[in-house]
Amino acid sequence: MTAFPWESAHAIRDQVLGGERSAVEVARDYLNRAEAHNSELSAFLYLDHEGALAAAARVDRSVHAGESLGPLAGVPVAVKDNLCTRGVPTTCASKILEGYLPPYDAHVVEVLRRADAIIVGKTNLDEFAMGSSNENSAFGPVHNPWSTDRAPGGSSGGSATATAAGLVPLALGSDTGGSVRQPGAFCGITAFKPTYGRVSRYGLIAFASSLDQVGPMARSVRESALLLEVIAGHDPRDATSADAPVGGYQQACDRGVEGLRIGVVREQIDGVQDGDVKTGLEASLGALEEEGAELVEVELPHAKHAISVYYLIAPAEASSNLARFDGIRYGLRVAGTDLIDTYNKTRAAGFGAEVRRRIMLGTYALSAGYYDAFYLRAQRVRTLIRRDYDAAFERCDVICSPTTPTPAFALGDKVDDPLDMYLADIYTVPPSIAGLCAVSTPCGLSRQGLPLGVQFTGRPFAEEVLFRVAQVVEDACGLRGRHPPGL
Amino acid sequence: MADPRITLEEVLHVAALARLELTEEEAAKMQSELDAILDYIAELEALDLEGVPPTFHSIPMDAPFRADVPGRCSDRSEILGEAPASDSGGFAVPIVLEVDT
Repeated sequence: MTAFPWESAHAIRDQVLGGERSAVEVARDYLNRAEAHNSELSAFLYLDHEGALAAAARVDRSVHAGESLGPLAGVPVAVKDNLCTRGVPTTCASKILEGYLPPYDAHVVEVLRRADAIIVGKTNLDEFAMGSSNENSAFGPVHNPWSTDRAPGGSSGGSATATAAGLVPLALGSDTGGSVRQPGAFCGITAFKPTYGRVSRYGLIAFASSLDQVGPMARSVRESALLLEVIAGHDPRDATSADAPVGGYQQACDRGVEGLRIGVVREQIDGVQDGDVKTGLEASLGALEEEGAELVEVELPHAKHAISVYYLIAPAEASSNLARFDGIRYGLRVAGTDLIDTYNKTRAAGFGAEVRRRIMLGTYALSAGYYDAFYLRAQRVRTLIRRDYDAAFERCDVICSPTTPTPAFALGDKVDDPLDMYLADIYTVPPSIAGLCAVSTPCGLSRQGLPLGVQFTGRPFAEEVLFRVAQVVEDACGLRGRHPPGL
Repeated sequence: MADPRITLEEVLHVAALARLELTEEEAAKMQSELDAILDYIAELEALDLEGVPPTFHSIPMDAPFRADVPGRCSDRSEILGEAPASDSGGFAVPIVLEVDT
C-alpha cells in the first residue's frame, strides 16, 4: 500500500482540472479511506457514496467538455450533521431527528455544490452541537486521531477528526461558543469562526441563534481561506446575514504581519497552567514578533464572566429553538395519552442528557420572575464584554490567547461534571459573546505528541487580518507535515 | 448546607414548562446539576450594571425588507413525508379538544 499523500484541496482541484486524475477517482479514494477508518474514529455518521460519486461524475463531464468549474472542483468536503442536506440524513446526532431527510439544502451546502465540491458525508457532533468532547452524540463519541482514547473536542469533533485524519481535506463545522476552534485545537487543524453574519445560517439547525456561525476547517491556513471564500457572503434567506464585501482571504495569507499590533491579555497569559500550552503560545508570539508584528498589552476585564453569560444566553435561545422538536412535524414521535403527553414523552425519549440540561437551564432563565435576574442580566454583561473588545481594538489589530486550557483530554474525563466541561471553553467563548471573528491554528505538539492550538480574535468583518497572523504562525511553528500516527 | 439555588419543585415546574418528562431519579440529578451551574453563574450578581443596556445583537445590523417577489415554495408532500403522521394534506396530531356529539 502506498503512503497517503496528505494532499491539499488546491492540489486535488488542480489535478482534477488538469485531467491528471478524475473526480470520480478522487471521490472513490476518499470514500474508501473514510470507510476504512470510520469504525475506529466514528467521525462520520453517514457516508454518501451515491451522491458523492454522482457529483464527481458531473465534474468529470464538465472537465471533458472544457466548461469552467468552481474553486472546489472535485474536492471532497465533509459537512457537520447539523447542516441540512437535501435527501441526505441530517440528525444533529440526536435520536429525535433519526431518519430525517431535509427537503432542502443549507445555504453553505448549496454554495459548496455550486463550487463543484464533492460532499462525501455528514460528520458526528455533540447532540445539537452542545458539548466540548463529542461524548454527547447519541450515536457514540468521535475519537481523536492523534490518540484514540482522547476526545476530539466538540461540538464539531467529527469534522475536526475527519480533516486531521485525512479522510477529507476540508470540512464545515459550526461554532456557537468554540465548537470549531476547540476541536480544531485538539485535532491539530486550522478552524475558523467567522464574524457573526459573515456566513448565512440558512439550513443550519439552530442552537443559539445570536451566536451560531458556520466555519471552515482545514489542515492549512490557506485551505481554510479558500473554503471561507466559498461560503462567505450575503444570503437574503438569513435576516442576520451581513451585506459586507467578502475579502481576498487567500491573498491575505501572503501579506505577512509587518506593523500589525498583537494584543495580549496579561491576566490570560499568566493564567495558563499547562506548560505545553504556554510553550505553544510563546512560540506563536515569538514568531509574530520575528516577522515584524508588535506585541501590546490590552485588557479584557469582563472576559472572565463570559462563561456565565454564555450559559445563560445559549441555553435560553436553545430552549426556544428546540421547542420545534415536539414529535409533530419531523423525526421521532412517542405517542402519549394526549397532545401534551405526546410532547413530553417524545422529548424525554428523543433528547440526551446534556440537551435536556440546557433546555431546563434556558427555560428556567427565561421563566416568569427570573428573566430580569438571569437572561437580561447576562445580556447586560455581554455589553461590558463587547465594550472591553472595542477598547482593546483601539490599541491592537488582533488579540492572541490559547485556544484551550489544555491539549485534548481523555474521553470520559469530564462527562460526570458538566460545569468542568463548560470551562474547557474559557478562551473561545468571549469572542463568540461579542460576535467577533476568531481562528485557532496549530502551534506545535505537546511533549505527549498532542496538537496545541493558538487563538486569534479580530474586529468584526476583519477576517483578512486573522489569515495574515495564522499563516505566519503556521510557517514558523505549525505542524509542518506531522500527521496523526498510523494514518 | 446552604439553601439550594433551585428546588426539586422548581425543577418539576420548569420541566413541565419545557415539555420534558423526567423520572424521579432524573429530576433529582437535574436538581443537583442545575444547582451547581446556577451557583457558578451567581458570580454575575456582584457586577454593577446600573445604566448598562443589554446587547441582543452582538454585531449591529439593519434588518432590511426583502423585495416582495413571489417565489417557489417547498413541496407540501415532501414536507409531510417527513412527519410521523399526516392526514388530508396536514400534520396529524393526537386529539386536542374533546367535542360532545
